[in-house]
Amino acid sequence: MLLWNETQMHKTLGILAWVTVALLGAVAVATVALHRGEPINALWLVTAAACCYAIAYRFYSKFIAAKVLTLDGQRATPAERLENGRDFLVTNKWVVFGHHFAAIAGPGPLVGPVLAAQFGYLPGTMWVLAGAVFAGCVQDFVILLFSVRRDGKSLTEMAKDEIGPIGGFVAYLAVIAILTILLGVVALIVVNALKSSPWATFTIAMTMPVALLMGVYLRRIRPGKVLEVSALGFILVLAAIWGGQYVSQSPALAQMFTFSAPTLAILIMVYGFAASALPVWLLLAPRDYLSTFVKLGTIGLLAVGIVALHPTLHMPALTRFVDGTGPVFAGKIFPFAFITIACGAISGFHALISSGTTPKMIARETETRMVGYGAMTCESAVAIMAIIAACVMEPGVYFAINSPSGIVGQEPATAAATISAWGFPVTAPQMQALARAVGEQTLYNRTGGAPAFAVGMAHIFSHSLGGETLMALWYHFAIMFEALFILTILDAGTRVARFMVQDALGHVYKPLGRTSWYPSILATSALIVAMWGYFLWQGVKDPLGGINSLWPLFGISNQLLATVALCVATTIIIKLHRARYAAVTLAPLAWLVAVTFTASWQKIFDASPRVGFLAQARVLEAAPATASTMRLIFNNRLDAAVTGILVLMVTLVLFESVRQWLGILLGTKEVRLKESPFVRTRLAMEEQG
Amino acid sequence: MNRVREAIRNSTAKLFETMFAALREIFDEAPYARFLNRTGMESSSKAYAAFRREFEEAKIRRPKCC
Repeated sequence: MLLWNETQMHKTLGILAWVTVALLGAVAVATVALHRGEPINALWLVTAAACCYAIAYRFYSKFIAAKVLTLDGQRATPAERLENGRDFLVTNKWVVFGHHFAAIAGPGPLVGPVLAAQFGYLPGTMWVLAGAVFAGCVQDFVILLFSVRRDGKSLTEMAKDEIGPIGGFVAYLAVIAILTILLGVVALIVVNALKSSPWATFTIAMTMPVALLMGVYLRRIRPGKVLEVSALGFILVLAAIWGGQYVSQSPALAQMFTFSAPTLAILIMVYGFAASALPVWLLLAPRDYLSTFVKLGTIGLLAVGIVALHPTLHMPALTRFVDGTGPVFAGKIFPFAFITIACGAISGFHALISSGTTPKMIARETETRMVGYGAMTCESAVAIMAIIAACVMEPGVYFAINSPSGIVGQEPATAAATISAWGFPVTAPQMQALARAVGEQTLYNRTGGAPAFAVGMAHIFSHSLGGETLMALWYHFAIMFEALFILTILDAGTRVARFMVQDALGHVYKPLGRTSWYPSILATSALIVAMWGYFLWQGVKDPLGGINSLWPLFGISNQLLATVALCVATTIIIKLHRARYAAVTLAPLAWLVAVTFTASWQKIFDASPRVGFLAQARVLEAAPATASTMRLIFNNRLDAAVTGILVLMVTLVLFESVRQWLGILLGTKEVRLKESPFVRTRLAMEEQG
Repeated sequence: MNRVREAIRNSTAKLFETMFAALREIFDEAPYARFLNRTGMESSSKAYAAFRREFEEAKIRRPKCC
């Protein structure tokens, strides 16, 4: 009787607790959605996000786990069956969770939401919340589980096995396209953050000798002690940030570290080539560790800062730019808000990680829910923090930083007057004072999102630690954090792309596929760097700042990869005879198809020259023909062609997938699942003793 | 009261232990320890170089998100 009462009491308390979370979440979401006029406190966004994630994880992911995927705790995972102490390894679920989160969290969830803040805080927040719980978390979760059931196979292999050769080929092509555009666009973000900034450039330059020192320490002094050397490297990088202010104050040193955008672009391309082609692990591996160390620390620090300070958001819920005339990037809320924010809501790239190292470390199928769905909710929380960082600034300041000179004008007074005329007051002296406070010469025309995020982060931190006097240090800390991480992506991404191209070329001429054959290494490295370098150069030379054309292109390619991933997932669900639950992946798939196909159509054919690539090419054609306009015309046509090819390829995958679904549902096609056979786990028996 | 204090102490210790294990995995200290175990080598400059050589082959294929 007593036992029954206790059980009943726990159940009742549980129901009450979840009802409270649901009510609190509903109030917070309603406040965020309906609040107008006065500034809103960031805690409303934090509360709405925390409650949505909690409810979604507790109920929706559990439903998917139980009904759609029917997770089986008795089934041995590849980590157990194929354990080799290297790639396949049974690992504690929290350790896998940390590992997976560290791999999926990059600068994407920080930059995308900052750019999308031009629509106001509301569209980005709603998309991040809904997109994550109904699409992004679901994609990461189901792809992870399906990969676990296929010996840790990659997305490309699963697409080939389950949809057909076209699926595999398109997934492969989409990965190469995403990597190329991604590397070009993130390099552009670094260029825009470092141009004409001796302090930031000095700090980033100093990370090279710091990394070399770390490499020597790891190799000679304390082999393998990465955590302690990363802490040491972090202290040295902090010292470099501190020292940067003296560099910027010294005319001779400042001149030495002041570079124009084209010069920085060339330097970054040289760095990318060297990192890919030369055996420089002594530099690259420590940099990778250092950036991960800084990334995890900064995300934690920002979370604490936002909760402790709960700043007020000055950006309105919706701005006038929902009509598509925004200065940061052109295009209406639908579809552009949904391709601008990828990583915080849904990112096709995550499917590569969910079918990469993570499935080879999972001990039990039941843990895929926490790792796949759970880690993505944390990534989504990072995107909410980025929205807060962008929206704590006065809107006039936000637009002054993020608007290209081609739209607001070159002169500070002209830019301030243009932005003020939009209804977002800002003055040239105000911008000058802010630039001085963060130790920069100017903050105008710093497109790309990184400088705006750094100003927002510095604003939040300076209100808690050190006040205005430390604002410049916080700003450069944020810039260092973003640039360091992006440079790590550049070298890792160039190497990954190089290996993919070498794998493919190996089918044509065997020696080209050998990763140790130097002519092949040099040729493929040069090819990859030339591909992303072209997009970088295009962005640097673009009078509209480059982000306007390149970020949507990246967003489209990333979301198209998510479309391929969801096609694979839906196909497998239907093959498992669970078509009645196919809406779990089919609904986000339909949404992504609507978003990406509309965005692609508009980017290619829209009549507005700020939106449509071809319209812009036509306008340029009408202007006097110079070398510069001819290049811009070619670039616009190339961007249109790349977008068109990607859409065409994904249409083929969709067509193939639908053909499979109909065949299975109508009984005209035999179901062939490529799952590895069931083997009972030893772990459950060991746990039972 | 003592039991509560002990329970808190135990769970805090477990939390830190797990966090440290995750950090060791993320920062490749644990894979290095496994490498030494697997190859029977002692930790040294030579062993670490061998570990990095083997690890690089897998690492460059390891995706990392934007």
